[in-house]
Amino acid sequence: MSTLPRASELGLIGCHVCGLVCRDIRAPDAACPRCGSALHRRKSASYSKTWALLIAAFLVYLPANLLPITRTVSLGDVDDNTILTGVVELWVKGSPYLAVIVFTASIVVPVLKFFALGLLLISSRRRSQWAQRQRAKLFRLVEFIGYWSMLDVFVVALLTALVQFGFFSQVEPLPGVVFFGLTVVITMLASMSFDPRLIWDGREFDD
Amino acid sequence: MTDENKPVPGDDLPEPVVQRPRINASLVWLVPVLAALVGLSLVIHAWTQAGPTINVSFQSAEGLDPGKTPVKYKNVTIGRVTNVRLSQDRTHVVAKIALEKSAQGFATADTRFWVVRPRIGLGGVSGIDTLLSGSFIGADVGESQEYKDDFTGLESPPPVTHGAQGKTFDLQADDLGSLDIGSPIYYRRIQVGRVSSYHLDEDGKGVTLQIFVEKPNDQFVTKSTRFWNASGIDVSLGADGLKVNTQSLATVLAGGVAFQDPAGPHDATAADENTTYRLFNDRATAMAPPDGEPKYIRMRFSQSLRGLVVDAPVEFLGVPFGRVVSINLDFDEKTQTFPTIVGAVVYPQRLGRAHDKLVALAKARGDDEQMSQMMGRLIEHGLRAQARTGNLLTGQLYIAMDFLPNAPKVAYDPTTRPLEIPTTPGSFDKLQEQLAEIVDKIHKIPFDSIGKNLDQSLGELSQTLKQVNTSVLPEVKTTLQGAQQTLGNANNMFAPDSQLQQNLGGSMQELQRAARSLRVLTDYLGDHPDALLRGRRADQPLQAQPAQAAPPSAPTQGSKP
Repeated sequence: MSTLPRASELGLIGCHVCGLVCRDIRAPDAACPRCGSALHRRKSASYSKTWALLIAAFLVYLPANLLPITRTVSLGDVDDNTILTGVVELWVKGSPYLAVIVFTASIVVPVLKFFALGLLLISSRRRSQWAQRQRAKLFRLVEFIGYWSMLDVFVVALLTALVQFGFFSQVEPLPGVVFFGLTVVITMLASMSFDPRLIWDGREFDD
Repeated sequence: MTDENKPVPGDDLPEPVVQRPRINASLVWLVPVLAALVGLSLVIHAWTQAGPTINVSFQSAEGLDPGKTPVKYKNVTIGRVTNVRLSQDRTHVVAKIALEKSAQGFATADTRFWVVRPRIGLGGVSGIDTLLSGSFIGADVGESQEYKDDFTGLESPPPVTHGAQGKTFDLQADDLGSLDIGSPIYYRRIQVGRVSSYHLDEDGKGVTLQIFVEKPNDQFVTKSTRFWNASGIDVSLGADGLKVNTQSLATVLAGGVAFQDPAGPHDATAADENTTYRLFNDRATAMAPPDGEPKYIRMRFSQSLRGLVVDAPVEFLGVPFGRVVSINLDFDEKTQTFPTIVGAVVYPQRLGRAHDKLVALAKARGDDEQMSQMMGRLIEHGLRAQARTGNLLTGQLYIAMDFLPNAPKVAYDPTTRPLEIPTTPGSFDKLQEQLAEIVDKIHKIPFDSIGKNLDQSLGELSQTLKQVNTSVLPEVKTTLQGAQQTLGNANNMFAPDSQLQQNLGGSMQELQRAARSLRVLTDYLGDHPDALLRGRRADQPLQAQPAQAAPPSAPTQGSKP
């Protein structure tokens, strides 16, 4: 691999928050003397945390998709929609662009995150040296697009607040949207708890 | 590993501080466990909430929306249509309904399902709310505990839901009339129930309607209650004027049934459920006392019965107690006539107390069931049937049975069946006959020749008049002229200065004078009656010889008589 020495090889450790480099005293509870944040060479238990959050996110993602997220009442006509039926309805009722946006934000992005994080976790765990740069980019992408998935939640929140015309038209949130919001939050937490430096850790390094 | 033997750049690097121990990182696994628990609870919830899935077939899927159309009982959603598909033979649609767990009891044998749609009928408007909210499937659960998951949906809402309090009764009618499921039942013009179903009798000879009367009004249905078809308008023209009788406007259009107890003493105990009643055609027949057993009688009329129709009433002394059921022509070879045989059904019980007494009498005398001997006696007393005109305008006839004291005796055979009632020509027939006779007589008057003669006479008269005009009148004219002349002469004659007048005046004076002298004479004669014989005495002194002064004239006068 690289010929440059690593921080761990030099007995150094950098603070994640303020960037102060201190000596690595190899204590589990070390904290940055300047800003007081916890010091660790790699995020502690990154794999297990990320895995746990990823699995939790996936578990929550199921009801998020199966349960209806909104109830539209229009002239007494009650309509419950899940994410998918909402997308289908948008498409059928002549808003294919909107449908694509909602589909991307609500279905593609979370699924992509699951796959990306899963891939990163497995490949890093196996200390694979395959496409490390691309994996690093993938991680940045996941971090970047993560919060865009909240689009659906915002749409529901806005509609619920705005469309309150009693009998004529009304939108109510249903439990599905809570699960969906949880999915987004938990996947974001998962991607946060993943330490991208693990990608670069070669075979020769211990965790 | 290799920290010690490598040079550490910058020993002046700050030492990290040791903080409080952090939370065990493995606690993060609680998050997925929690998520799993939540998910599991959702699954368990859904699983425990899921009730049975049933199939209901309908004629059409109109208003059924898979995934949306709810199933409601008392307006509480108990399930949802999940799928609608055509049946195998494509004659109907099958709606798959996922019932909720709590609605498990609806998957039983006697549950009924129907689609609630907006309905606008003669009887009213229903389901308006579904215009906006969309149709839903109504359900009505019964008592049964038997599991069933295949149902046939009703096409219209059942008029009586299961939990409704009240009683069901059966009505037997000849035909359905304008009644239908849901037709109202009225008691004193208050709606108290509905027709819940109807079906043809097994022999096809009538219709049985099932009605439902709601509590507490079901108590008014007693054992002697009469039901009648209140559809339409009853118009009756009686001696007290025109009467129009209806129940309600809706009934006029859509039909209905009314009931009431008959007047007078009757059994007023509330009827049991499912009691069967007869549905009468109108109130009058319904409220009539029970007809009892019908009896068939026969009458033979010798005159034409134009205007007599089947169903025409048969009256006994003005009491309607039967109706004509058949009118047939017969041929009598002996007299070469065509008598009409009229068959009638009579209900002797309609005669009320008279009937009771007659029956008692007949029984006491050991009469037979048909009371033929009793009839015989009545006929002996002049009981006769007559075809009378009920309506002068239309010439409708009815059969009247009356006692005619001076009716000619007829032979009566008490053994004939059916009983034959002797007849007599109707009063109107008699009148008609007499009128006919009069007309006949009038017809015999030779109006033609009378006319001709009259015509001739008139001709002659006119000729005579013509003659009079031409010859007699001018003569009359001349005669009149003559008469006028004569009168003119007469007039002249009688004029005050005419000679005649003067002569007459003179004559009258002469006559006066004569009369005076006559008086003198008579006076003289009164004084000297002897002067008649001796004549007038010589003039003497007035006292001595008054009579002698008269002789010169006396001889003429005295000698004359």
